Amino acid sequence: MVRYLLGRFWQSLVLLLLVSVIGFAVLNLAPGGPLSQFTLTPGMTQADLDRIASQMGLDRPLPVQYIDWLAHLLRGDWGRSYRDGRPVLDIIWEHLVATLLLMGVSTAIAILVGTCIGVLGALRRYSIFDYAATVGAMVALSIPTFWFGLIAIYIFSLRLRWLPAGNMYTIGDGSLGDYAIHLIMPSVVLALVNIAVWSRYMRTATLDVISQDFVRTARAKGLSSRRVLIRHILGNALLPMITLLGLQLPTILGGALVTETVFTWPGMGRLFLDSLGYSDYPVVMGLLMMSAVLVLVGNLAADLTVAFVDPRIRLS
Amino acid sequence: MTQSDFLIPTHARQRWWHSRSVRRFARHRLAMFGLVMIIVLVLACVFGPWLLPFDDLYIDLRGRFSPPFTGYHFFGTDPLGRDIAARLFMAGRISLLVGFAAMVISTVFGTVLGIAAGFFGGRIGTVLMRFVDAMLSFPNIFLLLAMAAFIKPSPIMITLIIAATSWMEIARIVEAEVRSLRERDFVVAARMLGLSNSHIMFRELLPNAIGPIIVAATLTVARAILLEAYVSFLGYGIQPPLPSWGNMLNGAQQYLDSAPWLAIVPGAAITLAVTSFNFIGDGLRDALDARSDML
Repeated sequence: MVRYLLGRFWQSLVLLLLVSVIGFAVLNLAPGGPLSQFTLTPGMTQADLDRIASQMGLDRPLPVQYIDWLAHLLRGDWGRSYRDGRPVLDIIWEHLVATLLLMGVSTAIAILVGTCIGVLGALRRYSIFDYAATVGAMVALSIPTFWFGLIAIYIFSLRLRWLPAGNMYTIGDGSLGDYAIHLIMPSVVLALVNIAVWSRYMRTATLDVISQDFVRTARAKGLSSRRVLIRHILGNALLPMITLLGLQLPTILGGALVTETVFTWPGMGRLFLDSLGYSDYPVVMGLLMMSAVLVLVGNLAADLTVAFVDPRIRLS
Repeated sequence: MTQSDFLIPTHARQRWWHSRSVRRFARHRLAMFGLVMIIVLVLACVFGPWLLPFDDLYIDLRGRFSPPFTGYHFFGTDPLGRDIAARLFMAGRISLLVGFAAMVISTVFGTVLGIAAGFFGGRIGTVLMRFVDAMLSFPNIFLLLAMAAFIKPSPIMITLIIAATSWMEIARIVEAEVRSLRERDFVVAARMLGLSNSHIMFRELLPNAIGPIIVAATLTVARAILLEAYVSFLGYGIQPPLPSWGNMLNGAQQYLDSAPWLAIVPGAAITLAVTSFNFIGDGLRDALDARSDML
């Protein structure tokens, strides 16, 4: 077990290092690198550019720059925003909570609905419901998230006037109910793709478990079919789904970016787009790195959870 | 049927459209629906602009915000009075072309990398696959936007950037496939014949891994179209006046109340195209893959 944990931890560290190399490469990808934004300033001469480059340490060899950048990153110094001069990490923390709230609620919805659809599909295999769920999942995977959001706003905010069209809360009203109402539409819109993915995998996982001997034994013992379903089938079918949850993280995070834009949700995604609009290099890079770190940590957490819950992995 | 027919290896005579895979694909109703829809969409995008009485760039300020079916504006007009149907078809040319080109580039790149990683294995394989893992750790859209924001956007650059962020899945699939084929007898035989590495990789291994590659490539077209729509919608993809399905939706949100067709029409086109490619991919998986009971 300890060996597995250490190995998995080591893998994540190596990946993190690779991720930082890629992030650094993207940073220096633009023709002229981070300097490109200054070249557009009127009256900028090559001498000025050279001076800025040496001030920012951009005239050093790339490997040296990378080591320096990484060292600062590890010490929690992610640079300062070009927009207001505040530390990048502070700005990201402020927006992280909103994104995690949206992702959390949306994932909970996806798990709940996806599990129901998947299990029902597996129990009534090849029924009309199963077929409709399969086709529905494929269509749901094909709908652009932002378009689904726009349609939802059009129907539920503009026509029916049931739900607010955006933002996290009404200004002047910070009650819990107000937050909840604002949360409904973005989290459901973000959940759609994950419901589709989750229900598909849940169906396969349930079918795998249903045909196994211990399920037949449980039935033969005379357990009620409800008890067999919840204790034996669901319990075992949900195990591999924890890993899936980790693997789906990049998709959820990417979807959150788009959803936040449509619903003006004050999270990391909106911050990312705002920063792009201002060419705020340090914040964009910080968010790019932060998103990858979140994914890696999430994957590691998922794998560790499975290892703790499932004795079979601990033994092998 | 005579005796000699049995002696000749059947694959030498069989035409590809008689093969079992093609028949299985043709029986897959959703896949056939997808195929028909894609053909219709492509034909509409190629010939549509010639058949419509409006140019996609013609601005008619007296006819702004016309709802669908006003006169010959079948899908209405946009905030500048341009005909949405004409723009939709022109945009379709761009979006489908970008999606298709990005698929070709990422499939070729992912396949070559996957074959190399699977064939050589060992340290090279590990390094290559860790690189794939690292790329997959970034949420697609974050990476895409970060690249698109720093590079001057043109359709070719957008295509390259989309390809740069979507080759990883194919590389993974091909690597796993090649790794399982590497020790098979026909590869060992090829080695013993003294064939070069590149011959074994591309003439022996590649044809045997082609099924999963075709499936993954089809699904990649769907994803590339979606990704183009995402970046263009967010303003960092295809730039106006060049229309794309994504950037037609770019300004649609502010007119959602007064002119909802601005949002509905291009989004429906994206959904239709992406769904169709996903259906085709599903049908191909069933037709080419023995493990078709998976999902």
